Amino acid sequence: MPEPTGHAEPQSIRFGGVELLTAAEGALVWPEERMLVVADLHLEKGSSFARRGVMLPPYDTRATLERLARAARRHDARRILCLGDSFHDGEAPARLDREGAALLAALAASTELIWIAGNHDPAPPAALGGRVVEGEYRLGPLAFRHIAEPLFASGEVSGHYHPKASIDVRGRRLSGRCFVLDEQRLVLPAFGAYAGGLDVFEPALRALFPGDFAVHLLARDRITPLPHARLAGYCGPEPL
Amino acid sequence: MPSPSTALPSRFAEWFARRGWTPHPHQLALLAAAREGRSALLIAPTGGGKTLAGFLPSLVELAEGPREGLHTLYISPLKALAIDVHRNLTAPIEELGLSIRCETRTGDTPAHKRQRQREHPPQMLMTTPESLALLLSYGEAAQMFGGLGAIIIDELHALAGSKRGDLLALGLARLRRLAPGCRRIGLSATVAWPDDLAAWLGSGGAEVVRLVAQGGAKPEVSILATRAELPWSGHMALHALAEVYEAIKRHRTTLVFVNTRAQAELCFHELWRLNQDHLPIALHHGSLAVEQRRKVEAWMARGRLRAVVATSSLDLGIDWGDVDLVVQVGAPKGVSRLTQRIGRANHRLDEPSRALLVPANRFEVLECRAALSALRRGQLDGERPRPGGLDVLAQHILGMACAGPFAADALFAEVASAAPYAGLVRADFDAALGFVENGGYALSSYERWRKLFRDSIGRYHVVSDAVARRYRMNIGTIVEASMLKVRLRRGKVLGEVEEYFAGTLTPGDTFMFAGQLLAFEGIQGNDVIASRASGGAPKVPAYEGGRLPLSTHLADGVRALLADSRQWRDLPEPVQEWLRLQRYRSLLPGPEGLLVEGFPRGPHDYLVAYCFEGRNAHQTLGMLLTRRMERAGLKPLGFVATDYVLAVWSLEPVRDLDALLDEDMLGDDLEAWLAESSLIRRTFRTVAIIAGLIERKHPGHEKTGRQVTFSADLIYDVLRKHQGDHLLLRAARADAARGLTDIRRLGDLLARIKGRITHRRLERVSPLAVPVLLEIGREAIYGSALDQLLDDVTVELLAEAGITPEPAARKSVS
Repeated sequence: MPEPTGHAEPQSIRFGGVELLTAAEGALVWPEERMLVVADLHLEKGSSFARRGVMLPPYDTRATLERLARAARRHDARRILCLGDSFHDGEAPARLDREGAALLAALAASTELIWIAGNHDPAPPAALGGRVVEGEYRLGPLAFRHIAEPLFASGEVSGHYHPKASIDVRGRRLSGRCFVLDEQRLVLPAFGAYAGGLDVFEPALRALFPGDFAVHLLARDRITPLPHARLAGYCGPEPL
Repeated sequence: MPSPSTALPSRFAEWFARRGWTPHPHQLALLAAAREGRSALLIAPTGGGKTLAGFLPSLVELAEGPREGLHTLYISPLKALAIDVHRNLTAPIEELGLSIRCETRTGDTPAHKRQRQREHPPQMLMTTPESLALLLSYGEAAQMFGGLGAIIIDELHALAGSKRGDLLALGLARLRRLAPGCRRIGLSATVAWPDDLAAWLGSGGAEVVRLVAQGGAKPEVSILATRAELPWSGHMALHALAEVYEAIKRHRTTLVFVNTRAQAELCFHELWRLNQDHLPIALHHGSLAVEQRRKVEAWMARGRLRAVVATSSLDLGIDWGDVDLVVQVGAPKGVSRLTQRIGRANHRLDEPSRALLVPANRFEVLECRAALSALRRGQLDGERPRPGGLDVLAQHILGMACAGPFAADALFAEVASAAPYAGLVRADFDAALGFVENGGYALSSYERWRKLFRDSIGRYHVVSDAVARRYRMNIGTIVEASMLKVRLRRGKVLGEVEEYFAGTLTPGDTFMFAGQLLAFEGIQGNDVIASRASGGAPKVPAYEGGRLPLSTHLADGVRALLADSRQWRDLPEPVQEWLRLQRYRSLLPGPEGLLVEGFPRGPHDYLVAYCFEGRNAHQTLGMLLTRRMERAGLKPLGFVATDYVLAVWSLEPVRDLDALLDEDMLGDDLEAWLAESSLIRRTFRTVAIIAGLIERKHPGHEKTGRQVTFSADLIYDVLRKHQGDHLLLRAARADAARGLTDIRRLGDLLARIKGRITHRRLERVSPLAVPVLLEIGREAIYGSALDQLLDDVTVELLAEAGITPEPAARKSVS
């Protein structure tokens, strides 16, 4: 049966005056800079739960990092920028097993790895490779940070909210993580295998995108651009 | 049969006489079995003193040898039933002058009473499978149950074969170890597989005494011969509700059974629209607030109602002697279930139960007719109990660790003595134990955070009281879809709808719930906020898994009826006409083989397969068939499955059917589809919750269903990729294969029809295909507007099929 419209191929967008790609893996690509941007890896979230006796499968770090390496290869990235909450908690780096650490070291060796501090991991550990940037990373007209600043004017790329959205297709509902963007800002989906999600119409996200916005929905290995009015849960323009 | 005077102690014989009763033969037979210390299975229709029969041996034993400590444990699938039985037992205990303490123990029992029950148990305790599991998880269990003499399991047919039944069977295995001499009594409705039930109850021990109480008068069952136009499709039977209302008026108390909660809402609404006489008619289904359900049950018990519209929520439960009519709206789907529903009328064994079947469409007329023949021949159907789930086993293992340290060998032997786990292999037991211990992952990274540890002699212990506390908060095997409470603005909770349905509402939408018309205002936290509304075209909440598929047995009956025109005499004239036309224009499906019709319609080509294997199997077949058609370049566009038929439409016509419907479709395609399907995600979520990977409740706060759904999906994706043979994935696959996909039935079908497919190429839609084509695009019901729309489509389709509609066909249903 025909799938909903959408493409495994990345979607190009013009944002803040530059050409970017949103990729089906959940990463943002800046081809001109050969840069890959991801948010909210939440590495070692599984073991964080295990500490409390909830034995989630211990494969989340591996799944996340393997996907990140794949995306870096596919998009020929020489720099990877992680927008914070890369580790699920402060002790998460210490819980990395040998394989996880090796995957990470391989990434740091083959690319320039940049960690922006998030609220779960205020200081990503230097021992793991890569360099740490506090607060904000600027490149050209774009500003990258962990959490969107409410009053920021334009060209801001951030993570933190784990946006997700749903559409109804012929009576069936399709949900997935998504990029959210308008003229001013772009919020990335969470990249981590165990990262949950927040619907784009929840007040916290709606406050950042009060007018028209678009999402690029990740569902069924595809990325599908959709206007906000097409999404499940849309109830007309926000009252001002 | 011994005479009552010799079998019954005089105190009891006198009591029976004072009441003007004569003991039933099965009551005395149970007493005799108990005196020999044997377990017994009593199969009896509702009524007929079944519960008293179960308790009588215990009452006699305690009268002859009064003693302290727990003597009899009564287990019911329904909390309300446990409470009711407790109430009903108080009278005989008092009248017989016995000094027996009799208490209930359910999730609602206050903490101080629970504490007292553990320290100073009553002689008789009425409880549920979940509360029993909880009691068994305490160290005091050995002391509390050590002197147990009898276990009575009520409504055994409703438990055996389900996950709740698995949990109970495991609990019974533990009780056998704690109290080796304890006998069991199973009380069951009539079932198709009494041998399995006896095996379940006996569980490898001595042979179980089997008693079958004869039903009284044969039920009087008829099919409504409606005066209205018989619909071509749909399941609501709104056309016949005026006649149902007339029947309600003619009877004292009527139980109106429907098949889904959505049907219940619509049927209730329509009956009240017709209710000129303001008869007290109530609504009962599983998503209504508990208080509301209890209220309806209490009114019913007091004879205050003339009718209750109900779903399977009232299939079991308290006896209401005053019900003199049972109406089944919509096809019965299975003979056993119909028999049990009919048995809800006239519990006095000497009076016949009276029932009225109300088919909602033409195919359902055939199904009702087949059900009626089966009833008359006394045939039954239903699934046999399946092997026990590994998820339930995992839950039980943790519970046993909470009760005290165990050795793996001993626990394995104990578990394997429970009938559902008789075939359990040691490797699976070890996998379940490993899962409980530390997740059971190939990667041993969770050694530090294990839930169980082994002592120097290899016995397993829980690592902390916190683990035990969390286990006790999460006992049970009933997992609901993510639900949201429906709350009136600043008012009470009316019940629950599925989160999915709530997601389809936008503020201002109206929907029908709890018998009221409500306007949706918004979602706050986990509540749907609504207010009373007065108009609009309301939606009706649908619930997953609400519909049971047609049983194999009834399907065979329908096929036989279609194939033998001599049996058509009893059918309403429009149905006969329809079948004759089908015979003239195409073919009738035979009792063997498979008829498939193909015809063009508009820009598409249609394929209609008359499989009669139930919706679930048809949906699976539809998924697999369209994948194959896609690969064959036939450009399939969609399919629709009913209980009887599968229809697929495509841009190109199908030519080589034999190749498409080959048995090999159950191989790789099935694997590939199932791994991605939402069905397996749903079963995985259930399995993960039951096995304890995902906890519904944490000390301090309750995780909402919404979060559970989301994380279960993430876990599924990661686990499938990195450890595809994990215990939980195997359990989820086993569940999916049984229930929602009905793969076994599909496999049987494909094997049966091999080389026996009749492919009939037609120029246009056949009369028998009209109903399934009318189902296309009907995903939800939008009140009368949709009915009108459907009427128009009906006329169009009928004209195409060369059937001239009668003038009445244009008449609006409303």
